[in-house]
Amino acid sequence: MTIQQSKNHTSDKGKTGRTSLLASGDIAVIGGGVVGCAVARKMALEGASVILIEKAADILEGASKGNSAILHTGFDAPPGSLEWKCVQKGYFEYLEIHESLNLPLLKTGALVAAWTEEQEAKFSDILKKGLDNGVEDIHLLSRSEVLDLEPHLAKRIRAAIAVPREYVIDPWSTPLAYLQQALKNGGQALFDAEVTGGEFDGNKWLLQTKRGQVQANHVINCAGLYGDLLDRNLLGSSEFIIKPRKGQFVVFDMAASELLSSVILPVPTERTKGIVLFPTIFGNIAVGPTAEDQDGRDDASVDKDNLEALRAQAIEKVPELANIPVTATYAGIRPASEKREYQVIEDSDRNWITLGGIRSTGLTSALGLAQHVHQLLAEQGTHFDPPAKPNIPPVPNLAEHLPRDYETPGYGEIVCHCELVTEREINAVMDGPIPAGSLAGLKRRTRATMGRCQGFYCSARLAELTRGKFAEPLGVEDADE
Amino acid sequence: MPSLLGLKMQMSDPLKHESCDIAIIGAGPAGLSAATELRKSGIERVLVLERESEAGGIPRHCAHPPYGIREYKRVLTGPNYAKKLVETARNAGVTIALNHTVTKIEPGGLLTVASPEGLQKLAAERVLLATGIRETPRSARLVSGDRALGICNTGALQSMFYLKQMVPFQRPVVIGTEIVSFSALSTCKKAGIQPVAMLEEAQRPTIRWPIHHAARVFGVPLLLNTRIIKIIGNDRVHAVQVVDESGKTREIACDGVLFTGQFTPESALARISHLMFDHETGSPLADQFGRCSDPAYYAAGNVLQQNSDSNSSANVPFYYTADNLPQPVDVAGKCWQEGRITAQWMVKDLNGELPSSP
Repeated sequence: MTIQQSKNHTSDKGKTGRTSLLASGDIAVIGGGVVGCAVARKMALEGASVILIEKAADILEGASKGNSAILHTGFDAPPGSLEWKCVQKGYFEYLEIHESLNLPLLKTGALVAAWTEEQEAKFSDILKKGLDNGVEDIHLLSRSEVLDLEPHLAKRIRAAIAVPREYVIDPWSTPLAYLQQALKNGGQALFDAEVTGGEFDGNKWLLQTKRGQVQANHVINCAGLYGDLLDRNLLGSSEFIIKPRKGQFVVFDMAASELLSSVILPVPTERTKGIVLFPTIFGNIAVGPTAEDQDGRDDASVDKDNLEALRAQAIEKVPELANIPVTATYAGIRPASEKREYQVIEDSDRNWITLGGIRSTGLTSALGLAQHVHQLLAEQGTHFDPPAKPNIPPVPNLAEHLPRDYETPGYGEIVCHCELVTEREINAVMDGPIPAGSLAGLKRRTRATMGRCQGFYCSARLAELTRGKFAEPLGVEDADE
Repeated sequence: MPSLLGLKMQMSDPLKHESCDIAIIGAGPAGLSAATELRKSGIERVLVLERESEAGGIPRHCAHPPYGIREYKRVLTGPNYAKKLVETARNAGVTIALNHTVTKIEPGGLLTVASPEGLQKLAAERVLLATGIRETPRSARLVSGDRALGICNTGALQSMFYLKQMVPFQRPVVIGTEIVSFSALSTCKKAGIQPVAMLEEAQRPTIRWPIHHAARVFGVPLLLNTRIIKIIGNDRVHAVQVVDESGKTREIACDGVLFTGQFTPESALARISHLMFDHETGSPLADQFGRCSDPAYYAAGNVLQQNSDSNSSANVPFYYTADNLPQPVDVAGKCWQEGRITAQWMVKDLNGELPSSP
């Protein structure tokens, strides 16, 4: 296992120029989002030597940073599409592997809720599509059945379609677990290593990165929001154009958790799956995402009007949320393309596969996409020898419904009081196989500062515990002291 | 977890017993003064549960005076005042359990407590909630813009500077003009931080005096009728966008945003419990004795914000005006006094001298 983060290894800076060979292997995966992490895992488990290349200092700094964390059954996916196939495969593989990796599963179920006659009129289509998509336990609930199940929903609900096997998972530990397993099975990860160019010599790729060169037989483009630009830069053209679509979310205090147990889905429109009200794995209730087309691929800013509108929509559906304070707000950017379908493009002459336009469903479909990549490579004639005894490293649990670290003695002290994050958890992450490179990374790995006070109580202690570890520190030593 | 409790007895843990007469949640001014008063009134087993590794509460990181005038008849800095509170309580025979987090409160005074030695249940005859108050962070204010580093509340700034000798920024914009905003300016000056502006949405500062002068003294431009509409920055804040009363927007370069005031009770424990809760104030509902809907529970200090006639001029501190009152927050001395008075009611209650709750 190797991991290289340039900022944490300043001593090697002189040696790693742009022209030195940094790494070589069978497969280079470009992009450390959930799709890249899943592909790296799959191929490492198949026995390939994998190098994951990420331009940021940490994984999940792009599209995978903010989503609704739902494990989709694929009941509403375009029937027969690659997206549907990958969502289904990903769904079942997650159920198979999550316990061994200590990844949580919150069995919420989902309700497609109809609040108007027009919405209810679409139910027969949705049911049929669900059944066609193999989600056989999908069924209709009357108004009173819905209210029995979710008594805090607004009484004006008309009916709902129950999708019992839609679940909620941990959006950040999941890709972390995938990459960690890749690394524990011979993979490498390079951070701060944006790919700036590359050449295919008919046999191998020689990629230029900001930290040096990487040689690989095959390249898998998992660059998400930059997938089209990477294709254009390295292949000369791209078959799709990324149309970034921002989704903002509002998170309610944990006190809201008793108000809702299911994921409340809207009746989808042509363009988007719509605004969802959902329990999070961390014990909150959240609402989102908006669907805002924008030019910026990095602009995950939030805005007051949209946040207020989201909050109002949530209260419309669950009126008692009006009494619950907002804990956090966030935004994610979906790498939608101008096409509806996933853009999986194989350039077998140049040993290159692009996984592009992986929109809302990426968290679920990532494992399915990884299986798909493996199959495409096998069809191209690649063969690897899987390790006889693959390493299955568990990740720390962050889910609220499962035992947390603070419940086991010897944790030092509780550092983040709102989210009950311990010193032991923070130290484990900082010394772990993929250490956090920023406060945001630490938050994703531990929940620290994610709660209602947003660092009022714990910033000082966190600044102390992470002193010298982050490129952008929480605090700097006071000059006068 | 009986085995854990057994183990704990041998480990000379502060929680020697799984029961106590009175458990106080929070070792700030209200909790410590209540604890001291209870011991002085002859209550045997008074236990203060503090989640931090140090007792004293917010005054620990408010290094500027004046503290202690009411309590000790002298002017102290926050940290010295906090030390004095702790010392007084310990001398009175109060047990303070540090690093002990109450994670759940249940009917009749049953608490779930997490500590580095393990989870345990604690049964108390009476419980006092004295968990204090905090400022509203950026997220709950729904402020637009990027989620960059360098955004914090006064509490985070002060604890970082006074407890860890670190600073989160050098040139922040300060949001708000409450009394705590004045305290924030003072901390900035001590820490060598030079705020680039202080913003107030209203036509005049929330605080009547002396923020006008203070802003001038500290060399910080006070921008009235000015609202933050966006935070800009990738990794770290590099500007804020503001709008004035004419609707004109502009950018102010800065490396941080300090959100001051808009206090909200730190009442999460009560909110997720069986206690009746006042969603207006964010506090548990309590009667004139500070007694909650479950008579085993009391609340005192800043966690208890009561709505009744809070706008009458009698309750307005001298530095605010009645028509311009922010979320109420009591200074340490007032919390100390409240803790003491509530403790006296609790003693009466244990002696059967309090009317039963309605």
